[in-house]
Amino acid sequence: MALKMVKGSIDRMFDKNLQDLVRGIRNHKEDEAKYISQCIDEIKQELKQDNIAVKANAVCKLTYLQMLGYDISWAAFNIIEVMSASKFTFKRIGYLAASQCFHEGTDVIMLTTNQIRKDLSSPNQYDTGVALTGLSCFVTPDLARDLANDIMTLMSHTKPYIRKKAVLIMYKVFLKYPESLRPAFPRLKEKLEDPDPGVQSAAVNVICELARRNPKNYLSLAPLFFKLMTSSTNNWVLIKIIKLFGALTPLEPRLGKKLIEPLTNLIHSTSAMSLLYECVNTVIAVLISLSSGMPNHSASIQLCVQKLRILIEDSDQNLKYLGLLAMSKILKTHPKSVQSHKDLILQCLDDKDESIRLRALDLLYGMVSKKNLMEIVKKLMIHVDKAEGTTYRDELLTKIIDICSQSNYQYITNFEWYISILVELTRLEGTRHGHLIAAQMLDVAIRVKAIRKFAVSQMAMLLDNAHLIASNTQRNGICEVLYAAAWICGEFSEHLEEANQTLEAMLRPKVTTLPGHIQAVYVQNMVKLYASILQQKEQAGEKEAAQEITQLMIERLPQFVQSADLEVQERASCILQLIKYIQKLQIKEVPVAEEVIALFAGELNPVAPKAQKKVPVPEGLDLDAWINEPPSDSESEDEKPKTIFHDEEQRHSRHRQPEIDEEELARRREARKQEQANNPFYIKSSPSPQKRYQDTPGVEHIPVVQIDLSVPLKVPGMPMSDQYVKLEEERRHKQKLEKDKKKKKQKKEKRGKHHRHNSLQTESEEDIAPAHRVDIITEEMPENALPSDEDDKDPNDPYKALDIDLDKPLADSEKLPVQRHRNVEALKSPDSEAPLVEKKSKKPKKKEKKHKDKEREKDKGKKKEKEKKKSSKHKKKKHKKEKEEKSKDKKKSKKKSHQNKEETAESVQNGTLEDEPLPPMSSYRLLAENPYIKMTYDIQGNLQHDSQVTVSVIFENKSSSFLKSMELNVLDSLNTKMLRPEGSSVHDGIPVPFQLPPGISNEAQFVFTLQSIVMAQKLKGTLSFIVKNDEGSTHDKLDFKLHFSCASYLITTPCYSDAFAKLLESGDLHMSSIKVDGISISFQHLLAKICFHHHFSVVERVDSCASMYSRSIQGHHVCLLVKKGENSISIDGKCNDSTLLSNLLDEMKETLSKC
Amino acid sequence: MINAILVFNNHGKPRLVRFYQHLTEEVQQQIIRETFHLVLKRDDHICNFLECGSLFGGSDYKLIYRHYATLYFVFCVDSSESELGILDLIQVFVETLDKCFENVCELDLIFHMDKGGLSAAPSRAVSAVKNINLPEIPRNINIGDINIKVPNLSQFM
Repeated sequence: MALKMVKGSIDRMFDKNLQDLVRGIRNHKEDEAKYISQCIDEIKQELKQDNIAVKANAVCKLTYLQMLGYDISWAAFNIIEVMSASKFTFKRIGYLAASQCFHEGTDVIMLTTNQIRKDLSSPNQYDTGVALTGLSCFVTPDLARDLANDIMTLMSHTKPYIRKKAVLIMYKVFLKYPESLRPAFPRLKEKLEDPDPGVQSAAVNVICELARRNPKNYLSLAPLFFKLMTSSTNNWVLIKIIKLFGALTPLEPRLGKKLIEPLTNLIHSTSAMSLLYECVNTVIAVLISLSSGMPNHSASIQLCVQKLRILIEDSDQNLKYLGLLAMSKILKTHPKSVQSHKDLILQCLDDKDESIRLRALDLLYGMVSKKNLMEIVKKLMIHVDKAEGTTYRDELLTKIIDICSQSNYQYITNFEWYISILVELTRLEGTRHGHLIAAQMLDVAIRVKAIRKFAVSQMAMLLDNAHLIASNTQRNGICEVLYAAAWICGEFSEHLEEANQTLEAMLRPKVTTLPGHIQAVYVQNMVKLYASILQQKEQAGEKEAAQEITQLMIERLPQFVQSADLEVQERASCILQLIKYIQKLQIKEVPVAEEVIALFAGELNPVAPKAQKKVPVPEGLDLDAWINEPPSDSESEDEKPKTIFHDEEQRHSRHRQPEIDEEELARRREARKQEQANNPFYIKSSPSPQKRYQDTPGVEHIPVVQIDLSVPLKVPGMPMSDQYVKLEEERRHKQKLEKDKKKKKQKKEKRGKHHRHNSLQTESEEDIAPAHRVDIITEEMPENALPSDEDDKDPNDPYKALDIDLDKPLADSEKLPVQRHRNVEALKSPDSEAPLVEKKSKKPKKKEKKHKDKEREKDKGKKKEKEKKKSSKHKKKKHKKEKEEKSKDKKKSKKKSHQNKEETAESVQNGTLEDEPLPPMSSYRLLAENPYIKMTYDIQGNLQHDSQVTVSVIFENKSSSFLKSMELNVLDSLNTKMLRPEGSSVHDGIPVPFQLPPGISNEAQFVFTLQSIVMAQKLKGTLSFIVKNDEGSTHDKLDFKLHFSCASYLITTPCYSDAFAKLLESGDLHMSSIKVDGISISFQHLLAKICFHHHFSVVERVDSCASMYSRSIQGHHVCLLVKKGENSISIDGKCNDSTLLSNLLDEMKETLSKC
Repeated sequence: MINAILVFNNHGKPRLVRFYQHLTEEVQQQIIRETFHLVLKRDDHICNFLECGSLFGGSDYKLIYRHYATLYFVFCVDSSESELGILDLIQVFVETLDKCFENVCELDLIFHMDKGGLSAAPSRAVSAVKNINLPEIPRNINIGDINIKVPNLSQFM
């Protein structure tokens, strides 16, 4: 044995250690791979030995090889062996290797559980530390579950070194085993106030990381963090907290208001750039979350922009980059304040650093206006020319297109300029974004009718010069534009001046080298061109010319028929046959043009990309329902295939469309036109777009012919956008002059009367009228498209599982699994240890529970305060909302006002609207009472079932005896029945699921089904129970009457004001009204009462008038208009059902007359 | 969170690599290669932030790097980290190495992969859970002053 040991250690002397390995690799530069494979063989030999030192050395070398990219997972078991070495230096090597190569798929990992647990509880803090560090890298759900409790215990370790690591690793445990979050959270929270700054910052880190993913669950920690923020001096911690606040503020605007001041203080005081930057970032987030427009906030915005300007002007490129990054965040909400720094941003475009240029580009997007668009794009075009490297150039290209096309071409005043920019962009070689340019060309040509003539002329030129574009290679992305060019020329061929020439260009043999899908478009559009030429010639009576063109087609088309691309081949052969037929007719001198043109009659309209998705499912259509009877399982196996086949055949034949004859087609077309005429989303073509084009002012002097080859151009036939810039400037100048003239005239006329006009002379953006009145066709959308923005969330998001409510008190069932030591384990570690650990971990939990409860109470208090604040804000909000609704930007206002409304509705429900406190309101009414027991109840509609309500009854034991065997029974009516468990008769009662000790109350719920809900109902019932005290037990009962008011069938449903208006307009609502005199309480209170007791929500409120809405469980809409007079209140109601409405109003009258 | 720490030399040879999420060796090597190519292109006087696109399978990630003599120190972090803070952290990391090895140079990293707590160094500067384990070392350095340059830069080979 001893000899073996000695032999082993002698062997070791000849083993390579890590240094030798590294040196060896460096010396074998030529055949590194070979050398390493040789080393791996040696390592395999070493791992077979019993000596742990040899093994550790081998594993150590493996970790190095792993870094170089060699798979070492085969040594997983040896790594575990080294991990379990008693010597720390070996253990560390083992854990290092494990952290590098273990993962969830490693099967031996389950062997490590006990080893890790042993290390965690090791008396040596470094053993514990290395185990924690390693575990963080390879923790699996199983390990997390088994070890969560041990790690949690370590969070209270005496050594801060361990505490810190334990706190940090808890984050990994939460990720893998979300159930542990709630039990562990109280202790994690404690660690926020740990005396050791390291542990504290670790806790801050973990909570920040958690809160970043699910911020709403951590709102309750805001006060604690606020305290930390104002007290901490550790910049690392401050940065984290400030970042966290940035994530929280969108959820809680009040927090933002509170933050502004300390943050601005920090901005002023700190010398640390990193902290300054994060503060600015969070202030921006706060300002975004608060709605803009408050005067005191414009100061903070100014401060931010100022500080950012300093950053951007700094010589340090890092600061410059970050400054631009933050600036782009401000841009989204406060574009004005950024726009004043346009000079600076444009400067950054010239920066040598590409990242900075890209950031600056992002900013430019938001800075354009009608006035400066051309200037900015011109600058970008210069950059495009200068740019080296395709990625940056492509980025520029997409940015130019983005900038120009943003918000429906809002900033483009001259589309001719835009088209020429697009055409210029086609000169870019090797760009990947040809399809982008093509899409823009198509979009503009289709949607801006006035530009079609110009676009067609430009596209014809492109087609003519196709050889320049497609010259280089097939792969050249830019040839995509030919797709657009061909389509535009074909579709709008009536605008084409020299159609012959264009057709000629499209039929060139070179075209066959283009990608298939482009050729296909070529072929299709050739026919369109051909058709229009044919018509022209026929009308002019040039029969020979018409035949010539037909001949040309027949001669040239075969080259496409031979194409390898199926689509091209199919189209070409189809069309070739068609044209041959036409030729026959032409020879017989039959006029054909009209019929050929009819092939392409009708206009194509753009369809919104989401249109299909937004088609609402018609009422009564259940897409999940079976169309046929589902095949029954009883059918025998052999029969099945037969029947299915049969079925399918049937279906097939059913679906086949009947042959449609011409008449039918015409009729349908007519019907569709009719439909389109009635469709509000369909913008009809105006009588003659060409005419209008000519009529529009300022267009005449942009003669299209001018851009002929005579103009000196870089590429022959390619237009230059610059001339349009000049023309546009001229036009604007002219316009201005005209305007000034007019103004002068007006002034002359009005001088005596109005002096105010003089001040209005500065030219604002809006003064620039677009060159043509651009009629941008909106994309088609289906009728009643749903205005929903589904954001598809990734169901596999690992952080989703951590979306856990942390404020709920811990339930008994929520405990971390405590693993008892197994018997084998007991041999090694003293037996007493296990229970000790358990006790330790349980005790604090109880404390925490109490602590939590207290905190909840505190929270409640705070909440009330908050609500008060909220209510004072309420008025302001109203004001704002009105403003918003006036603003043109409808979408935004809708969203925001909706939010506001919801909030108002909420605050009304909560019963606090103004500073004066409301009397406490309870929806629970007295059901019955006797010396033993008191019952109160509340009825709530069930959203899922339209014929069910839930009655919650609170039983309160008033006596000093024990109440048990309680049973509740109700005499069902025809309309209303108690839902009893299956199998029991209608006369059986339902046992109350608890017993009541003296002085205790508890709540039970009973479900009732109903048929009609238009009338209030009363049900008689009895509660029987046994009273048990020292003297014995007696049987007793209590009768009651359960009152189902109509209001209890209503469900508080928020409603948009526009939907509300639509509802009122629909006209199928019955109306009724009441008036109640002698009202003394404020309107706020009154609304709160109606909301609370009658389950309404406020839709809109203006002064002493409010509209309210609610919905019954069976879908009746109930709308109210509440008006307050001097001492009276009048309520007008509208509802689908008049009985329900009058009953509801009666109930309301009763409630109100009590006030 | 810090997703990975890569240290490689001017030729792209990995010198110290730490991934805090499991990736196969091939992917790791590919990331190192691509990162190297991204970083190599960049001048020494341009900013130290890089958007790495889909390199790590998420657009949230950023590369923050510093170049010292023959070595690149690259940290891959997500948006919860402060960019300037990480720059300082790299500084701190390098200074720690310097303390461990006394005038650290590339060769130290090559030959002492296991020694001197190098394996522990990143986990000391950067804690195991990918969260910066901040104060232990940085406590004595003013994070605010990012203009501190490594005093021993010249000795850094």
